[in-house]
Amino acid sequence: MSGPLLALEHVNRTFTVKGQTIKAVDDINLNIQAGEVLCLVGESGCGKTTTGKMIAGLLPTSSGSILYRGKDIATLTNKDRKEYRLGVQMVHQDPYASLNPIQTIYQILAAPLQHHRFTRGEAETKRRVCELLQIVDLTPPDDYLDKYPHQLSGGQRQRISVARALTVQPKFIVADEAVSMVDVSIRISLLKMFARLKDEMGVGVLLITHDLALAKYFAWEGRIGVMYLGRIVEIGRAREIVDHPQHPYTQVLLSAIPEADPDVTRAKKRIQLRSMDMPSLLQLPTGCPFHPRCPVFAGEVCEKVVPPLKKADWGSDAACHLVQAHES
Amino acid sequence: MPEPVLSVRDLSIAYQARRGQVQAVRNMSFDVQRGETVALIGESGSGKTTVALGLMHLLPATARVFGGRVMYRRHSNGSSPAGREIEVLSLKGDKLRQFRWQECAMVFQSALNALNPVMRISEHFADTAKAHGYLSGFRQTTALRERSLKLLSMVRLDAERVWRSFPHELSGGMSQRVLIALALLLEPQLLILDEPTTALDILTQRNIMEVLKELRGQLGFSMLFISHDLALAAELADRVATVYAGAIIEIGDVRTIFRNPHHPYTIGLIKAVPTLTSDRSSLISVPGSPPDLIQLPTGCKFHPRCPLADDRCIREEPELTELESGHKVACWHWPEAREVLKVYQA
Repeated sequence: MSGPLLALEHVNRTFTVKGQTIKAVDDINLNIQAGEVLCLVGESGCGKTTTGKMIAGLLPTSSGSILYRGKDIATLTNKDRKEYRLGVQMVHQDPYASLNPIQTIYQILAAPLQHHRFTRGEAETKRRVCELLQIVDLTPPDDYLDKYPHQLSGGQRQRISVARALTVQPKFIVADEAVSMVDVSIRISLLKMFARLKDEMGVGVLLITHDLALAKYFAWEGRIGVMYLGRIVEIGRAREIVDHPQHPYTQVLLSAIPEADPDVTRAKKRIQLRSMDMPSLLQLPTGCPFHPRCPVFAGEVCEKVVPPLKKADWGSDAACHLVQAHES
Repeated sequence: MPEPVLSVRDLSIAYQARRGQVQAVRNMSFDVQRGETVALIGESGSGKTTVALGLMHLLPATARVFGGRVMYRRHSNGSSPAGREIEVLSLKGDKLRQFRWQECAMVFQSALNALNPVMRISEHFADTAKAHGYLSGFRQTTALRERSLKLLSMVRLDAERVWRSFPHELSGGMSQRVLIALALLLEPQLLILDEPTTALDILTQRNIMEVLKELRGQLGFSMLFISHDLALAAELADRVATVYAGAIIEIGDVRTIFRNPHHPYTIGLIKAVPTLTSDRSSLISVPGSPPDLIQLPTGCKFHPRCPLADDRCIREEPELTELESGHKVACWHWPEAREVLKVYQA
């Protein structure tokens, strides 16, 4: 198959709050191949969730376009539109709010199967629901069919959310902080399940998270994109981003993360920022959005010119004037 | 060895719920030494916040302390007399008010909800001082202002500006630092922090951690902090206690707990957190989910999830036993506990 599954071209998204315009996502260009694993990381307010929602079609873009299999999702018609809607599914952050409390697990999973005619008849539907429960490691499935969401733990509910997304045989799942509300001791098993979906069914995953260590674990074979104030400031293969970060913001983030190892975390070199304050989204800095806080601020060029994403030494793409200089 | 600032002995707290009694804290015992930082780590619903609320007499009406003792000992810090021993659980009225904030202050989890939205930061300081009869006289307004501004700059805030601000004018990280400054107003010897950096961004979290380390060095208070974030414990704590189903199941020096844990749950929990440097393939997940605190399992509360569980674990709950100086574990199978990694990994 040729061409990316999803392509973002100069995607912008603004919100108007009390008459003021906030730029949440600023000129994002991104290609996602079929079956690819991608993590978007960044601090709150960096636009990662907005980007995820636009990819899943839950939020229109303000300008720019998102292409699914080469076609703009804003102008899709009947058959193509249905194919996209089913093809890209979303798993939300809060497993306590995203399942209907008055439906049983069977009802939750059967509804999309029947509505979209993936199964015919009660017997076939039940067989498929059980299959899906097995895929998400809820075994034996019969134990879960008649339960209500409140009878399940957070981790189990999140598995139901994933099973629900899988009912319509999607090509791509957008998982927005899908494990951050789940207990620490069972997060890894959820991530392993996502990885298996990719390996066994070729389902691509976009995981949105604020936890770089988690992103490294999950996107080991795939890519990590680091966002800051609405822009992707660095994107590349996970191990390159973590081991050889090019953009000063990625470097600062990596140095700031506390590690669950007393010797490592206490010996870590911390990079100091020029300013602790996150700029307001209402008044974005001119030029490079990171320049007011950047530890390697280089004067006028950073203040005036927005650096484009450029290929850097180690193969990741970084949007920084200094990385470019380093290359030449 | 000097006496600890805080000694908790056999503390038990339960909540009354419609389905029955929620045993949030069961027979918990630990000490906090002078100048020491102790971290209680555990997953949500393990009872760690209930301990903190119990110490401060802030439990909701549905909760009851069923037993145990909490002793607090003030140490001399120049100006105030030392050696008084206070039985915290029986404090009432003025004595309780004095204990709160003057001896022991708390920084709450959600900074934005802990500040009153219609009061300026300056009024929060004045209010706190007034409530505790501290620098509250007519002539002492300037002294209070000076002390508050000093604290605000110690937590790396633009003191003059923040002093005049309303809470909504501050970011989450700034509010959290205001709360820390406010907690230190009456020079407490013990600071309780409940998830002090949860819900904050990585860079803000880093800033708060640096502020806490700096203040601890300058002022020498003890800290009891409660977190589900192992990385935070690894960075700040001197000693770490793992809490599971309302009880401490392992406690020891921070390096011992992270490098050489001996409880199957601690072993699993530490290996479940990805770090930037850790080997990818060594990460695991503990099977099963945390227990229902109303209908606790029999015997060892971890046995339904534990690969090593046998009949004895189902019948009898193990007590904390000392393996080596300061390192205690509550597990019948601690000598072979490392074996669980093979099972978790599979």
